[in-house]
Amino acid sequence: MFVKGVRIIQIKYMIAKNDFSKAGAAASNIKKTLRKLGISTDVIKRVAVASYETEMNVIIHSYGGKMYLNIDVEKVTIIAEDEGPGIEDVEIAMKEGYSTATSQIRELGFGAGMGLPNIKRCADNFEIKSSLGNSTIIKMSFNLK
Amino acid sequence: MKLREIQKIINAEVLTGEKHLDNEIETAFACDLMSDALTFKEDKTLLLTGLVNPHTIRTAEMMDIGAIVFVRGKKPDEATIKLAEEVDIVIMTTPNILFTCSGILFANGIKGAELSCR
Repeated sequence: MFVKGVRIIQIKYMIAKNDFSKAGAAASNIKKTLRKLGISTDVIKRVAVASYETEMNVIIHSYGGKMYLNIDVEKVTIIAEDEGPGIEDVEIAMKEGYSTATSQIRELGFGAGMGLPNIKRCADNFEIKSSLGNSTIIKMSFNLK
Repeated sequence: MKLREIQKIINAEVLTGEKHLDNEIETAFACDLMSDALTFKEDKTLLLTGLVNPHTIRTAEMMDIGAIVFVRGKKPDEATIKLAEEVDIVIMTTPNILFTCSGILFANGIKGAELSCR
C-alpha cells in the first residue's frame, strides 16, 4: 500500500510557445495517467479541464514553459511555470471575460477570458504568482480523499 | 437517443466513429467557444459547434464528450479527423445551422447540458 505523503508519480511536460499542433497533448497524457491509476471520474475531469486550460495559457501567452504532474496518495498536484513575460495585474487577469488574447487565438475558440477562473473553479486549491517581466507560476491541487 | 437516430434527424454525415453509433446521448451543448464547453458536468453529451479544428477534439476529449456535430456543412481537415479517431470520438457534419440543429434535437427530447456549479 501507499505510504502517507510519498510521491508515487512525477511527470514533467515541456510546453513550447505558440505550438498549437501539440496543444492538449500534456493534458491528454495527464488524463490517461490518472485513469490508469483508477482515480475517480469527477477528479479526472476537473484535473483534465484545469490542466488543458493551463497548457493553452502557456502556449498562448508565455515564452514557453513546463508543467509538472505530481500524484501522491492524498492529492494530484499540477504546477506550471513559464519563462515570462508575466502578468501585470493578477487580480484583473483572474476576472471572467478579461483577456489579452489576439483575434487569431479567438478564432481557435480560446481567449475568452475564462481560462484562469475556470482553472480556479476546478481545483481544490489554486495559487498563482506572477508579475511583469517574471515567470508566472500556477500551483493547483485536487484532493483524492 | 442513440447517435444513429441523431444522425438521421439532423441529416448528418458521419466522418469517423461509425462503430459508436449505438451510444446513447442524453444532453447537448452548443458553442463555438471552447472555454465554454469546458464548463459543463455531464457525460453522454453531444457537442454542437462550428469550430472545426483539433482543439475542438481535445476539448471533447477532456470533457469525456463522445460525439461532436459540426454544423453548417463544415468539415474538419485530415489531422482533426485523425485525432478524433485516436481518441475515439464520433464526428459528424450536418448541413443545418447551429440554431436549427439545436432546435431539432431539443424538439426530439435532448436537453441542454447542465453547468458545473463548483
